[in-house]
Amino acid sequence: MARTPSICPFCGCGCEFYLASHGGRVVGIEPSPSNPVNKGMLCAKGWNAYEFIHSPDRLTKPLVRKHGTLVESSWEEALKTVAGKLTEIKSQYGPRALAFLSSAKVTNEENYLFMKMARAVFGTNNVDHCARL
Amino acid sequence: MTNSINEFEDADLFLVTGSNTTAQHPLIGSRIINAKERGAKLLLIDPRAIQFAQFADLHLRQNIGTDVAVLNGMMNIIIEENLYDRTFVEERTEGFDQLKSVTSRYTPRVVERISGISAADLEKAARMYATSDKAMLVYCMGITQHTTGTDNVKSCANLAMLTGHIGRPSTGVNPLRGQNNVQGACDMGALPNVYSGYQPVTDTAIKKKFEDAWGVQVLDDKVGLTVTEMMIAVRKEEIKSLYIMGENPMMSDPDTSHIDHALSHLEFLVVQDIFLSETAAKADVVLPAASFAEKEGTFTNTERRVQISKKAVPPPGLARPDWEIICEVSRLAGYAMDYTSPADIMREINTLTPSYAGITYRRLEQSYGIQWPCPNEEHPGTPYLHRDRFTKGRGTFLPCDFKPVAEVPDEEYDFLLTTGRIYYHYHTGTMTRRISILEREAPVPMIEINPEDAKRLSIKNNDTVEITSRRGVIKARAEVTGRVPRKVVFSTFHFHEAPVNLLTNPALDPLAKIPEYKGCAVKVRRCV
Ligand code: SF4
Repeated sequence: MARTPSICPFCGCGCEFYLASHGGRVVGIEPSPSNPVNKGMLCAKGWNAYEFIHSPDRLTKPLVRKHGTLVESSWEEALKTVAGKLTEIKSQYGPRALAFLSSAKVTNEENYLFMKMARAVFGTNNVDHCARL
Repeated sequence: MTNSINEFEDADLFLVTGSNTTAQHPLIGSRIINAKERGAKLLLIDPRAIQFAQFADLHLRQNIGTDVAVLNGMMNIIIEENLYDRTFVEERTEGFDQLKSVTSRYTPRVVERISGISAADLEKAARMYATSDKAMLVYCMGITQHTTGTDNVKSCANLAMLTGHIGRPSTGVNPLRGQNNVQGACDMGALPNVYSGYQPVTDTAIKKKFEDAWGVQVLDDKVGLTVTEMMIAVRKEEIKSLYIMGENPMMSDPDTSHIDHALSHLEFLVVQDIFLSETAAKADVVLPAASFAEKEGTFTNTERRVQISKKAVPPPGLARPDWEIICEVSRLAGYAMDYTSPADIMREINTLTPSYAGITYRRLEQSYGIQWPCPNEEHPGTPYLHRDRFTKGRGTFLPCDFKPVAEVPDEEYDFLLTTGRIYYHYHTGTMTRRISILEREAPVPMIEINPEDAKRLSIKNNDTVEITSRRGVIKARAEVTGRVPRKVVFSTFHFHEAPVNLLTNPALDPLAKIPEYKGCAVKVRRCV
């Protein structure tokens, strides 16, 4: 059984816990005893923060809408569609016709890259996230 | 937050307003309860009798959306009774005379008429806060999610400055951040007006710095649109495409039918997420992302502490970490992003973001995180802000006048609906509702209604009730409880079966652009 340090995804307290994993699955959670934020404690959400990871509802393949329905596709097709379509809209209507919504649930590095993509790659400041909610 | 979570242990008094701390920030809630047991005082200002009401030394139940009047009223008493911190006001602030002239209009009698709080309670609260040595003001979205959110926030700051309750250990103003990385998303510049570290897009020197670092000719120096403005622009067909990473505006944004309508207007919608959320189901392309356990990266908590989270398991199927997907899209759009790891991305953040300059993976791996601002690798981080001076020199009092909620109840829509969260669920429920223990504890959407109102409408516990606003209608089960005052109902946005944001009012705070989730007019009836 492996123990991996991780941060609870469920509120801004940022409690640290260890994910206990076995055979590629998270099987339990242990609060970090010495982290000054939570000092060995967690709330009910934190103690249970792993079951959804292995939910059968997880998305496992890219989906592309064809004839009105979302169908499974390869990464190559999905990514090319995204990059192609965004570039096309940008050249047709200008960069301000694009907008990007980042997330208060993903990492700092991902938020940084996402805003860099909006600004440096697609040339728009239309980038925000749902902090107000 | 201006203070650290650990400083909660040494405070003498907590003024908690607009935060259901034990439900939304349970571990901070328990710090406050521990401090109480040690002898600290708790002053609660909240329309609902939340769990803290059981512990509070004094609980003021103001009418919804009357926070500015209550805070002004407290300041008026503090000034009248000479309980303010004269030295602090003289040495570190400006604008006291304006503050005095505005707040002097909020006599206890006026405040009682607006807020329903008795003069005696208001006086008690004002004295309690002003005369404490180490007072912490704690607030959350009950303060910000109003059309007067900015005024509410300013009024909290005015009160803290007036009494000198800021810039010392265990003494300050502490807005709690809701989602786990709201702080980080803001710090990293996922905002229409700033790059990482709150560096304005309109500043020529900053713009030049990012153009050089990113190797692009010109960056836009005009402020972009906020999420709520984006939805309006989409309906006007000014925005043709939306790329959404890890958010579910179909559930989380006000006036869902408006959002639904807007999204259908788009020429192209990309959603990157771990589940097929209500929003993803409407996308043209859905990109499967890794969950927090399946990737490495840093998160910044509400006390500005940056911490590392490591990869424990591989993502399911073909799902990939968000950062890798962004690199691929950028590369295919003709811009090379060759990062090899999140640590690699952090190195770039360090060079471009002064407040994060010293926060490196090497240091994070040897510690329990670092609190920004941290300007270099030798700097230990900053547990509390505004120690000797405010960022802008002197703190300016910004007095505000009371304005009522945007949609006041009338004869037909005679209740105020206020929304929030419960202990067992998180945000739109996509994750917590897939956790059996949490789902067992809170399986169905409930609506809280006061016993007197319930009696009048022949509503009993667990009856199905229908709540209608000018924008939509939902059904939920009634919980008849004194937790809500009369003429107020409360529900949450965790349940897709009863999406409360079908009802909420998209009216915005003019500055912060935060919608008024905390008050809109509705009518209530029992379903037969
Ligand atoms: S364990 Fe509870 S208090 Fe700690 S971060 Fe998670 S949700 Fe917040």
